[in-house]
Amino acid sequence: MHVPYCRTRCGYCDFNTYTAAELGPGVSQASFAGDLVTEIDLVGEQWHPEAPVDTVFFGGGTPTMLPASDLVGVLDRIDEVFGLASDVEVTTEANPESVDYDYLAELRSGGFTRLSLGMQSASTAVLAALDRAHTPGRVQRVVAEARAAGFQRVSVDLIYGTPGESDDDWRDSLNAAVEAGVDHVSAYALTVEDGTAMAAAVRRGKLPVPDPDIAAARYEVADEILTGAGFEWYEISNWARPGQQCRHNLGYWDVDAQWWGFGPGAHGHVGDLRLVNVKHPKLYAEELAADRLPLAEYEVVSAEERRLERIMLSVRLRRGVSPWSDSARQVLEQLVAEGLMTRVGERFVLSRTGRLLADTATLRLAEADA
Amino acid sequence: MTTGQQHSRSAVNTPGSTPAEAIRNFCIIAHIDHGKSTLADRMLQLTGVVSDRQMRAQYLDRMDIERERGITIKSQAVRLPYQAGDGRDYVLNLIDTPGHVDFTYEVSRSLAACEGAVLLVDAAQGIEAQTLANLYLALENDLLIIPVLNKIDLPSAQPEKYAAELAHIIGCDAADVLRVSAKTGEGVADLLDAVVDLVPPPAGDPEANPRALIFDSVYDPYRGVVTYVRVVDGALSPRERITMMSTGATHEALEIGVISPEPKASAGLAAGEVGYLITGVKDVRQSRVGDTVTSAARPAAESLGGYRDPRPMVFAGLYPIDGSDYPLLRDALDKLKLNDAALVYEPESSAALGFGFRCGFLGLLHLEIVRERLEREFNLDLISTAPNVVYRVIMEDAAEHVVTNPSEFPQGKVAEVFEPIVRATILAPSDFVGTVMELCQQRRGTMLGMDYLSEDRVELRYTLPLAEIVFDFFDQLKSRTRGYASLDYEPSGEQASELVKVDILLQGEKVDAFSAIVHKDKAYAYGVALTARLRELIPRQQFEVPIQAAIGSRVIARETIRAIRKDVLAKCYGGDISRKRKLLERQKEGKKRMKMVGRVEVPQEAFIAALSTSGETTQK
Repeated sequence: MHVPYCRTRCGYCDFNTYTAAELGPGVSQASFAGDLVTEIDLVGEQWHPEAPVDTVFFGGGTPTMLPASDLVGVLDRIDEVFGLASDVEVTTEANPESVDYDYLAELRSGGFTRLSLGMQSASTAVLAALDRAHTPGRVQRVVAEARAAGFQRVSVDLIYGTPGESDDDWRDSLNAAVEAGVDHVSAYALTVEDGTAMAAAVRRGKLPVPDPDIAAARYEVADEILTGAGFEWYEISNWARPGQQCRHNLGYWDVDAQWWGFGPGAHGHVGDLRLVNVKHPKLYAEELAADRLPLAEYEVVSAEERRLERIMLSVRLRRGVSPWSDSARQVLEQLVAEGLMTRVGERFVLSRTGRLLADTATLRLAEADA
Repeated sequence: MTTGQQHSRSAVNTPGSTPAEAIRNFCIIAHIDHGKSTLADRMLQLTGVVSDRQMRAQYLDRMDIERERGITIKSQAVRLPYQAGDGRDYVLNLIDTPGHVDFTYEVSRSLAACEGAVLLVDAAQGIEAQTLANLYLALENDLLIIPVLNKIDLPSAQPEKYAAELAHIIGCDAADVLRVSAKTGEGVADLLDAVVDLVPPPAGDPEANPRALIFDSVYDPYRGVVTYVRVVDGALSPRERITMMSTGATHEALEIGVISPEPKASAGLAAGEVGYLITGVKDVRQSRVGDTVTSAARPAAESLGGYRDPRPMVFAGLYPIDGSDYPLLRDALDKLKLNDAALVYEPESSAALGFGFRCGFLGLLHLEIVRERLEREFNLDLISTAPNVVYRVIMEDAAEHVVTNPSEFPQGKVAEVFEPIVRATILAPSDFVGTVMELCQQRRGTMLGMDYLSEDRVELRYTLPLAEIVFDFFDQLKSRTRGYASLDYEPSGEQASELVKVDILLQGEKVDAFSAIVHKDKAYAYGVALTARLRELIPRQQFEVPIQAAIGSRVIARETIRAIRKDVLAKCYGGDISRKRKLLERQKEGKKRMKMVGRVEVPQEAFIAALSTSGETTQK
């Protein structure tokens, strides 16, 4: 569920999201949940997955810009149309400053099971550089409020490699996340995406180009601290306490899994199709008002492309890959010899060094016979 | 220039029996873009050779028709019957000239087939260096020059100014400079009349044993080699055995004809006429530009002279990126050779690049053309090494080596090294004289002279080592003169120079494909610049890669490519998957353009980078 609203736009962010000022009149945040419900109904007429839905993820944007009742209402509609599995995982992203106890309690009682907080950093300077609105202490309080509201599963997102961030800033951020008592951490190297304010600042020389070597060192620090605190990496940028892996994330990296993306610019994956909705909320609302699925484009993934996706996605995971041919085995053994992989039983898993060079590993494996 | 004698229209119009007095052989000397093709189109229309209805822009350059007809019609020579203003019938043979500095010799042979030349200059731009050089060639061949300004319909045309410039250059009166618009047709009929009036008719001996000059030869997949000739003495007829005087080889003339504008077989070609002949040979080397054709039964005692073997000036190694494509590359070169008498090659192997060919070219454009055709027509992915010239190395024991590949530069006691030099002509606006002189100075040039063509245009003449202009000189010249300067050059012998070989080592291993021969005083700057450039061009590998430049065993520069630590994108969720896959697919394609040198992946561009870093470019 892509909710394309934010109070302000962060300089590094290239997601499909809009502030009220950017959208102007004519697009109503108030009617957005209604649009999502319409889309769910339309999709439900055409798509009939065999099993009930086992994970729902509200992302954005800032889904918690909408009233909690809106989010719950959308979830209810998914249940009515597609059915929710008894152990369904329901996550929403939230900005620390956008939620409080009452809000979270309403979500929890409405069926939400997991909260993912955009913490990014514990350093005031880094948060400012990222245009984030919250203050460092806010995250700890929100985690406590979430626990009190009944959320047992809370995750934080962190960003490393922001211009001006020091090694110590990064260590402090990791320790603050651990101390806040979360059970899941996603840590991402800052990427300067085209079209963002940050990209413009880098181009004008106002910000330095992020150094990939610094990012590599920060990653290693993250892996050390989080592993030391009882987390395990289960994907290149994701760590969890045992049993707390995000089921939704794992779905993205399983090339055989299917999902539908609702909301403007949302991506779906059904059979051999990758689908994308129209990006702009206004166009999205117009398509739905005309009783049309708001699809912008779709791509039919060929067998060859699927093969590359399978390699690219499966190497990212802790469970790793098992050799599918003699030449794949040779490449895997060579990658072990070079220190990029380790062998775990019959499977081959990226080493810490290898996780940072996953593209190299993927390309090498893609050369192996099918 | 009339003879007072009237010929019947049918005699004039029948190839093989056209009287010399009715023939005018001429060419158009022009810079690219100055409107030569458009003017040729107008002439075809005006002479009725192509009807207005058939006329499509630039008829003679059309390639599709070549395939349709199964013969390569280019504008090598078109026969235009023309009734002049004096009411008489004439045959005008318009002979094409190639327009590039690499092909000076070919140009000189085309000119030798003519008695006159239309010097066509854009009235908004003035004369360019190559045009000037071709004009000098035409004057050396004693051609009558008709100066013409084209594009007088352009608002930016400055006919007064450029007429004065042309008059100054060829020593005529500015009032004699004709003005035309090839686009609208204005003045073209007057120009044709001027060709009839001013260009002398051919002066050969129609009774002598035959002699015909080959001014072009083209390989046609359907007909074999089509040879374009200008008959000087005697006559040629079909089914006759002919002899190529440079080699003594004889062939049967299966077909003789003229192009007007379609090829049309004729009963023969008489003295002064221009046309084609087909002998069934499959290799243009059998029919070389500049050679003299005579009759096997009635051979001429002496050739027309001026024949020269094509001499490659620039060498480069061509290697398939995928080593298993080597046989394909060999077959492709064998095929190209059929249509390119100047292309030479021999197999060579490089420790870095594997098996390939060392190829010789007339110049850089020629290299580019060949390489592009190999990639496009034969679907080959190639690495080209930096182009280099031929060096003659004399050892202290007087042994002599001819070096066409820098990595073969001899070790040991070298007494003297000779490098080829050229005589260059540069035309530039006078504001840029200093800039041009500075560039030539940096490239070890020696100034021969300088003339003002007009108040604001200058001709500079230099001797320059060919090696110094072979790579990026023209680009530098253009960029430093905001595109205004033009360049022409011709080989001018050799000179002794203090040259050394600079080697490049990757991970301590010498990479032969990167070796270059450089002037001693520039070797250090070259080593520093090239190692820095390679550090930028070679992507980071999983391990550290030291890059060194060395003269013999002495290291003169060093850079290090640090090992890559991170290439993965941190995020890969639903919407990222297609994008990320496409990124990887592009990288996969990119890898195919890389060559493994030892354990190091080196991109194609790195092999070309070598000479572009010499000296001044690092200061940019």
